[in-house]
Amino acid sequence: MTHHVVPIRIYLLVFAALILLTAATVIGSLYDLGGGRLHYANAVVAITIAMTKATLVVLYFMHVRYSNRLIWVFVGAGALWMAILLVLLMADFLTRSWLPIATWGG
Amino acid sequence: MPEKPSAHAHQFETAEQQYETSTLGMWAFLITEIMFFGGLFAGFIVYVSFYAEGFAVGSRHLDLTLGTVNTAVLLGSSLTMAMAVRSAQLGRRNRLLLFLAFTLALGFVFLGIKSVEYSHKFHEHLVPGPNFHVDSPLTQNVQLFFSFYFAMTGMHALHMVVGAGLLTWLMVGAARGRFSSEYFTPVEVTGLYWHFVDIVWIFLFPTLYLVARHQ
Repeated sequence: MTHHVVPIRIYLLVFAALILLTAATVIGSLYDLGGGRLHYANAVVAITIAMTKATLVVLYFMHVRYSNRLIWVFVGAGALWMAILLVLLMADFLTRSWLPIATWGG
Repeated sequence: MPEKPSAHAHQFETAEQQYETSTLGMWAFLITEIMFFGGLFAGFIVYVSFYAEGFAVGSRHLDLTLGTVNTAVLLGSSLTMAMAVRSAQLGRRNRLLLFLAFTLALGFVFLGIKSVEYSHKFHEHLVPGPNFHVDSPLTQNVQLFFSFYFAMTGMHALHMVVGAGLLTWLMVGAARGRFSSEYFTPVEVTGLYWHFVDIVWIFLFPTLYLVARHQ
C-alpha cells in the first residue's frame, strides 16, 4: 500500500501553531477587542481561532490533505450541515426582536 | 498465536480499497458525531444569546488556568497520536507502542484535571440541583450555564474514556504484532476518532471558558 507518510517536522509545526493559537485565544479573551462598541468582536475572534485550529487538525493530523476526494466531500458535507444548523437557527433567534411582536421576544 | 495479518479481507479488491472503505466509514460516523455535539452547541448559543449576563457569571466561575492547561494536554495527545499512526505506517512496533502509551497517559492527565475541576464545582455548590448556590440575582440563568457545562464536558469526557479503551485495545494489538506497514487501519481509524474528540474540545474551551473574560 502506498500511504503518504507526513514528515515529523510538519507535525511539530502544526502542534506549535496549535499551542500558539491557544495562547492567542486565551490572551485575546482577556481584553475587550471591540473597544466597547463592537459587541461581538471577542466572539468572532475566538470562533475564527477555533476554526483555524480545527482546520489544522483535520488537514494534517487527520490526513485529509493527503486523502482522496470522497473524504473531502464527506468532511465538507459535515461542515456545511453544521453551518446550516447554526446560521439558520441564529437567523431566526437574533432577528426576532426586529419585529414589534411581544410574544416573539427572546 | 494470532493469525498473520492478511493484506485484505475477501470482499475487497485490494488492501488500498479496504483501507479507504474503513477511513470513509469512520468519517461518516464522525459526521454523525459533529451533528450530535452540534445540537449541544446550537442549544448553548441560543441560550447565551438570551441570558448573556447569567452565562457570563457562570463562565467566570470556571478555572481558566486548568482549562488552558487541559487544552495544551489534549493538543499534545493529538501530536503523540499522529506520531503513533506515523510509526504504524513505517512498521515500527516499539515506537508505535511508546506513542500509544504517551497518548493514553495524556488522555488520563486530561481526565484527571477534569475530575479536579468537577470536584471544585461540587464543593462550590455549582452543580445544578437543589444545592445549587451562586451569589447573583441571575441564579437560574447561571444554573442553566452549568447544566450546559456539565452536559457538554461530560459528553466530551465520556468520549475520552471510550478513546482510552480504544488506545488500550490498540496497545494489546501492537504488542502482539497485529499491525504492520501493510495493515494499520485500526490505528489510523482510532487516530481519526481521537483527533475528532480533540476538535470538540477546541470549540468547547472558548465557548465555555472564554466567553466572558473581557467583561
